[in-house]
Amino acid sequence: MTDDNQPSPLSIHDMTVAYQRRPVLWDVDYEAPSGKLVAIIGPNGAGKSTLIKAALGLVPRASGEIAFFGKPYHEMRSRIGYVPQRTSVDWDFPIDALGVVAMGLYRKIGWFQPVSRKYRQQALAALERVGLAEFASRQISQLSGGQQQRVFLARALVQNADLYLMDEPFAGVDAATERAIVELLRELRSAGKTALVVHHDLQTVAEYFDEVLLLNMRRIASGPVEQVFTAENLRRTYGGKLALLDQVGHRMSGK
Amino acid sequence: MTDPLLRVLLLQDYNTRIVLLGTMLFGACGGVVGTFMLLRKKALVGDVASHAALPGVALAYLVLEVLAPGTGKSPPWLLAGAGLGAASGLLCAKLIQRVRLIKEDAALGIVLSIFFGFGVVLLTIVQRLPTGSAGLNEFVFGKAAALTVGDVVSIAIASGLVLAVCFALFKEFSLLCFDEAYAAALGWPVGRLDLLLTALVVAVTVIGMPSVGLLLVVAQLVIPPTAARFWTDRLGTMTLVSGLIGASSAAAGSLVSALVPRLAAGAVIVLAGTCAFALSMVFGRQRGVLWHWLEQRDSERHIGQLDLLRACFESVEETQRRAVLTGESDLTATPIPRESLLTTRAWSSARLSRVLVAAMRDGVVRLDADNHYRLTHEGARRARLAARNHRLWELYLIHFADLAPSRVDRAADQIEHVLEPELIEQLERILEQDTLRMTVPVSPHP
Repeated sequence: MTDDNQPSPLSIHDMTVAYQRRPVLWDVDYEAPSGKLVAIIGPNGAGKSTLIKAALGLVPRASGEIAFFGKPYHEMRSRIGYVPQRTSVDWDFPIDALGVVAMGLYRKIGWFQPVSRKYRQQALAALERVGLAEFASRQISQLSGGQQQRVFLARALVQNADLYLMDEPFAGVDAATERAIVELLRELRSAGKTALVVHHDLQTVAEYFDEVLLLNMRRIASGPVEQVFTAENLRRTYGGKLALLDQVGHRMSGK
Repeated sequence: MTDPLLRVLLLQDYNTRIVLLGTMLFGACGGVVGTFMLLRKKALVGDVASHAALPGVALAYLVLEVLAPGTGKSPPWLLAGAGLGAASGLLCAKLIQRVRLIKEDAALGIVLSIFFGFGVVLLTIVQRLPTGSAGLNEFVFGKAAALTVGDVVSIAIASGLVLAVCFALFKEFSLLCFDEAYAAALGWPVGRLDLLLTALVVAVTVIGMPSVGLLLVVAQLVIPPTAARFWTDRLGTMTLVSGLIGASSAAAGSLVSALVPRLAAGAVIVLAGTCAFALSMVFGRQRGVLWHWLEQRDSERHIGQLDLLRACFESVEETQRRAVLTGESDLTATPIPRESLLTTRAWSSARLSRVLVAAMRDGVVRLDADNHYRLTHEGARRARLAARNHRLWELYLIHFADLAPSRVDRAADQIEHVLEPELIEQLERILEQDTLRMTVPVSPHP
C-alpha cells in the first residue's frame, strides 16, 4: 500500500500501552494504508479507543514508535482530525453547534484571536456538509444523538485533515445519521483521505470499509476486508464470545 | 430618618464609594473566573483554595511577629501568605490524585479539611500571643468597610489583570472546559492552561479575602455563574451575566452593610448573590424553572385537548356507526356521554372535568340544557383534524417504522407541517383501501 515517496498516514511500531502494570495494548505493529477506509474492530476492552488515544499522545505509551506521514505527531497535527466518542463531553455546555465546529479551527486561528467571520463561515460550510446547517445556532443539548455525532464530525472536517481518527462514530446513532456518515466517509476517500474508524457492527464492516484492523490487546490481523475479515480471524479476535461469528463468516465466504 | 439611607444610596461618603468599587471589582472577577471553573466541573477548587489560604495567613503572621514583633498585621505579607497557602493546597490536591484509588472529590475534601484544621490550630497560637489576633479575624470573616484607597488600588490592578487574562484566553479556556482531550489532541498545552486557570482562582481568593473573608470567597466563584446559566445558552453571554451578577450582588451587599452598623459585608454579599440565584433559577429566560413549568403545562393542556377531541370524535363515531359520519351536523348534534370519554381515555374523573372545563372555555365543547356534552362547530372541525392526524401518524409508524420515530410530532397541528406531501399522499392511499371513504381514516387499532 505504501510506496517509498508517500509514507503511511499512520505507522505504529511495537507500541505497548499499560494502565499501571495491566497491559492494554501489546507490541502493536500497524501501517495504515493511504486513501482507504479502515475499520478498527475488536471486543470491548480490546484497546481500540486506546490505540487512537495513544497514537495521539492522549494516553502515555509504555514503549513504541508512532509516525504520522513519516513524522512525529506534533509536526503533523494540522493533517490529523480526531473525532472523540460523543459521550466524552457534557452536552449541556452553553455553546451552539457552530461554536463546537469552530473549535476545529482554533489552532489555525491562533492564540488570543477571537473567531472571526471568515472562520465562522468555514465552520458553517462544514456543518452544511453533514446536513446540519439549519441547526447552526441551536444549543447542543437540543440536538439528537445522531446530530451531536455529526457536529463532532464537522468539527474534524473543518480542519481539512488528511487522516481522520474516529472513535465509534456509529455508536447509538439513527439510520439517517449512519447513512450520512457513510456518505461522508466515501467522500473523504474519493478526496484521497484516510479514515481509521473504531467500529462495532460486524454486519456492516464489508459494506462500509475497505480494510480492517482486528484488535484484541494485540494486532490479530489487518488488511483488505475480503482477505482478512474471515470467520477464522474473527474467532481469533473475539474468542468464542460471538454467536454471530459463523453467520458473518458465511456471508463473507458467500461473497 | 432617611438621611443615612440617602447618603449611602447617593454614594455621598467617600468611604462607601471606595468600598463599593473594591467589592464590585472582586465580584466581577469571581463571576468570570467562576464561570470557567463551574463549566470544568471544578467549582470546589475555589473552596479548597480559600480554606487552604487560612494556614498561609496565620503562618505569615507568626513569621512576621517572630522576625519583627508588631509588624504582623501587614496586609501585603498576609495576602502573600494566603496566596502561597492556597497554591500549596491545590498542589497537594493534585498530587494526592496521582494515587489511583483517590478520586478528585476525595482529594479536595482531604486537602480542604487538613489545611483548614491546621489553620485553626495556628490561629489559636496567634490568639495566645500578646498582640492578639485582631487583624487576622478580618481575613477570615472579611471587613469590607475597612478597605482603604490603597487596598482598592491593588484590588483594581489585580482584577484588571485577571479579567484581561480571561478576555484574551476566552477561546482557549472555553475549549479546555468543553473538551479537554480534543484540545490536547489539537496540541493546546492543556496542562499549562489548567494551571493558569487555577492560578486565577487563587488570585480571586486573595483579592476577595480582605472584603468578604476567606470562608465566603468561594460563594462568589460558584453562585454567580450558576445563576447566569439560567439566563442564556451562550458562553460569552453567560460569562458577562455572571460577572454582572457577581458585581451587583457585591454592590448590594456592601451598601446594606454600610447602612447597618456591624453587619459583615461578606455575609450580606453572599446573601445578595443567593437572592440573585433564586430569582434566576425561577425566572431565568433560557432555563428557568418557571418558564420550563409553563411550557410543560401548555404542552400538557394542548395534548389533553387533542386527546379529548379525539375521544369525542370516536364516541360519536361509535354511536353513529361510521357511515352517517359524513355530515358536520352529526358531529355537533350527537350527545357525548361522559362515561364513554372516561373509558376511552384512562383519565380520572377529576382530570376529565378539568379538561372539559378548559375545552368549554376554548369554545370547542358545549354543555347543553339536557346536560349532555356536544362538540361546537369549531370543536367538530378540530376533532376531525385531530383524529385524522393521529391516525395518519399511527399508520406512518406502522408502515415506516425504520425511519419514523425521530419525526413523529403528535402535537403538530397538521401532519403536513412535518411530513412531505408525497408521503402523506401515500399514507392516504393506504387509508383509502379501507372501504369507508371518509375524510377521517378508520382507526388502525383492532
